[in-house]
Amino acid sequence: MVSQKEVSAMKGTKVLMVGAGGIGCELLKTLALSGFEDIHIIDMDTIEVSNLNRQFLFRKSHVGQSKAKVARDAVLRFKPNISITPYHANVKDNTFDVDFYKQFNVVLNGLDNLDARRHVNRLCLAADVPLIESGTTGFLGQVTVHVKGKTECYECQPKTAPKSYPVCTITSTPSKFVHCIVWAKELLFAKLYGDKNQDNDLNVRSGGASGSSDHVEDVFERKADEDIEQYGRRIYDHVFGYNIEIALENKETWKNRTRPRPIYVRDVLPDQLSQPQPNGHVDGSECAVGDLSSVSAMSSLSLKNPQDIWSLMENTKVFLEAFKLFFTKRQEDIGNLVFDKDDQLAVEFVTAAANIRASSFGIPLHSLFEAKGIAGNIIHAVATTNAIIAGLIVIEAMKVLQNDEKNYRTTYCLEHPTQNMLLMPVEPSEPNKACYVCSESPLLLEINTNRTKLGDFVEKIVKAKLGMNLPIIMHGSVLLYEAGDDLDDDMVAIYTANLEKVLSQFPTPITSGSMLTVEDMQQEFTCKINIKHREEFDEEKEPDGMVLSGWTQAPPPKESNPSNGENKANTSLSEPLNADSDDEVEVYVPEPVAKKRKHSDITKETEEEEEDELVVLPDANLDFKKKKLV
Amino acid sequence: MGMEGEELTEQETALYDRQIRVWGADAQRRLSKSHVFVGGMKGAVAEFCKNIVLAGVGSLTLADDRPVNEEALWANFLITPDESVYAGKSVAEVCCDSLKEFNPMVHVTIEKGNISSFDEEYFNKFDIIVISCCSLETKNLINEKCRGLLKRVGFYIVDCKGSCGEIFVDLKTYTYSKKTEGETLECQLRYPSYEEAVAVPWKRLPRRMSKLYFALRVIEKFEQAEGRNPGETSEVDLPGVLKLRKELCGAHDVAESFVPESLLARLVTDTREFPPVCAILGGILGQEVIKAISGKGDPVKNFFLFDVMDGKGKVEDVSPFK
Repeated sequence: MVSQKEVSAMKGTKVLMVGAGGIGCELLKTLALSGFEDIHIIDMDTIEVSNLNRQFLFRKSHVGQSKAKVARDAVLRFKPNISITPYHANVKDNTFDVDFYKQFNVVLNGLDNLDARRHVNRLCLAADVPLIESGTTGFLGQVTVHVKGKTECYECQPKTAPKSYPVCTITSTPSKFVHCIVWAKELLFAKLYGDKNQDNDLNVRSGGASGSSDHVEDVFERKADEDIEQYGRRIYDHVFGYNIEIALENKETWKNRTRPRPIYVRDVLPDQLSQPQPNGHVDGSECAVGDLSSVSAMSSLSLKNPQDIWSLMENTKVFLEAFKLFFTKRQEDIGNLVFDKDDQLAVEFVTAAANIRASSFGIPLHSLFEAKGIAGNIIHAVATTNAIIAGLIVIEAMKVLQNDEKNYRTTYCLEHPTQNMLLMPVEPSEPNKACYVCSESPLLLEINTNRTKLGDFVEKIVKAKLGMNLPIIMHGSVLLYEAGDDLDDDMVAIYTANLEKVLSQFPTPITSGSMLTVEDMQQEFTCKINIKHREEFDEEKEPDGMVLSGWTQAPPPKESNPSNGENKANTSLSEPLNADSDDEVEVYVPEPVAKKRKHSDITKETEEEEEDELVVLPDANLDFKKKKLV
Repeated sequence: MGMEGEELTEQETALYDRQIRVWGADAQRRLSKSHVFVGGMKGAVAEFCKNIVLAGVGSLTLADDRPVNEEALWANFLITPDESVYAGKSVAEVCCDSLKEFNPMVHVTIEKGNISSFDEEYFNKFDIIVISCCSLETKNLINEKCRGLLKRVGFYIVDCKGSCGEIFVDLKTYTYSKKTEGETLECQLRYPSYEEAVAVPWKRLPRRMSKLYFALRVIEKFEQAEGRNPGETSEVDLPGVLKLRKELCGAHDVAESFVPESLLARLVTDTREFPPVCAILGGILGQEVIKAISGKGDPVKNFFLFDVMDGKGKVEDVSPFK
């Protein structure tokens, strides 16, 4: 394995690394030490403070700089005579096309989101370059090898959709803290500080008889000359008091559930305390533009430890104080704010709002630290696992470069030994003959062709489900739609008009029996979709109003609605999978491991939170019990 | 490990955010009060040091008086191959300078002198002792000094030989809480010393035991018998190693094929550390040390073995006790 011959074989090879984050830093170091001399690395991210605990090539002084470039410079310090080419760019950029990929002997992924992983998978298939994939979360990790025609591609096995929740669970019947977080972040926060034109389900109440939307819309607007303190209290009383009273009117809902308790400011804050008492930290001139940490309700209220769980009274104070600070110190942001885990005031507001709602529904309260993790989809990450995974990637890369096919392995890094192993290799699976990506199997789409517009199909299927970046849609030889920057204005006008057309109303109608060809030139990926007309869809279970099959989607996580989660067209209650761009997500770990982890004594999460972990754990198709152990 | 209940600073919470989400604030506080010693700074140890400095231990003391040369650079990313930087410095000194930069909150220092001459009182200052590239005598000597102390000092040996690697763990008597189906169990593990472990008759060990374990014992004995430094072997030594295998297998009453010749041949020839294996060993060892300091999680008892050839990272319990 380490003979001189093999080491010199590494010298002539050219590798592409995608991602210079947690795995990327470790990987670049190990590649350089192992004798690789021509390494290209793509990463669009810049360095953040929370990266420094594991991305060891970066220092505090590098915060804000390109990860790819800083990583290169750091590695050249101990390996000066090799070539490292950094790209501070998005891997989905047009410059990284099939020809770009063809120059490499192997591609190594240390990515943090499903979208980019799928994109790289397709380019590797198109360029016929072997791909080594990896992922970690906490003490768990895995490395897989994808060689066209030899082993399965990254998309041969369905990937569990991002966690999402039925609308009514969020708006009316939360039963877990995460439901309160989603409500506070996606609905209340968005309603108060976000884009007013976005649809928002905040006032959707199951069976709320008096919920005429005209009436409730106005409630959130500040009245003329309304005092900011009054305004905050009115919003508080409306969402935590009045809305709960209304919800309680629907007896049917609460038959088998614990009835929530309406909460009003006056009940929580005795009169003398109901005026917030800033302790001097807040001062009009203090807020530096662009510094998200400079305005904080916690510091105004002298709350220090983010690990403390605040009482209902403290949460109420934080809520009112954060509300006031948004309207007094962050006024210019209001109307276009999107929740950001690095925005201290936003995290404080969401924590407080979620806790007050949790209190109303009898759900245990959580600290700001925990709430931030849930709201920001923060993935647990430690240096040790990343280092181990990087070592395993290099070992597989060397096998791939030597065409040592029979020794390719998928390796799992486990937290607890299974069959005495902490590192468990299994033989990789063969390509899935029904994979719509690496085989040419057509897909089937059930859709109401008399009602659905082409635009819905593009957003909900082509982009959200098939992960295409710049799609072209053909019906026979007729070009229906094309995306790209280099189109004529005439064509753009035609395509824009087509997006608004209902499928059956095209000159050549698209209806049962039609076959659409969808292609992404950049990904060099084409797939065929057979259309089947269907009149009715279950609004709760099939909210897209269309069902794609032929490629088996992973079973939805408990209590979730798979299609809803992929609906990016408007406000969705799903958790975006790639929200935290500095961490690796999606580790596919065999079932027994996932079970074990639940009882882990290292992570301090409760089981309840564990279920809501965004990282995908159980995956029946990767169950190693079915595989031959090597 | 007493808990003074001091809170983490804001700076620590921000820096360690992602890992506190893995092991909790309590474990992070314990880490920041712990003191770690390492002797022998080669690739696997460099990886380990990086991991625990990033994790935020209180202090790390490095011992390795070798001068920096070509040999020392191999697999060690803590050394900048620039003579103007390392001239006149020991490996420990150069590594210390690099490690300090990784995390300003960790106190990294060096210790000069031969580690086998350090006394019990010296080791008593630490919570964790890690040694690498030592002779069998030194391993036993330092292990016994640690075991002789009143407080528990976690003792570890890590070595990477080509594409193979091994970690030995001695936590003396180790108690930890283990959560299983709804209840918390107090678990107690009793560790043998290195000397006791390697003396366990091979016949008594499980049939599916990693062959690497036995092969490494043969090599270790060979180096001891020949008065070689660890890793000072080459192809020409294979006949001598095979002769020793015959003797050892005879003494343990097992067939010679018990220790495959191909594996021994690899171990005598590929003596340079293989960087990916260093990363794996340093990662596993880092995790083990974090477990021991925080008192959370099942620690390895008492060997971890990895071979690139089969890709398995195995935990083996080699103990004379029931």
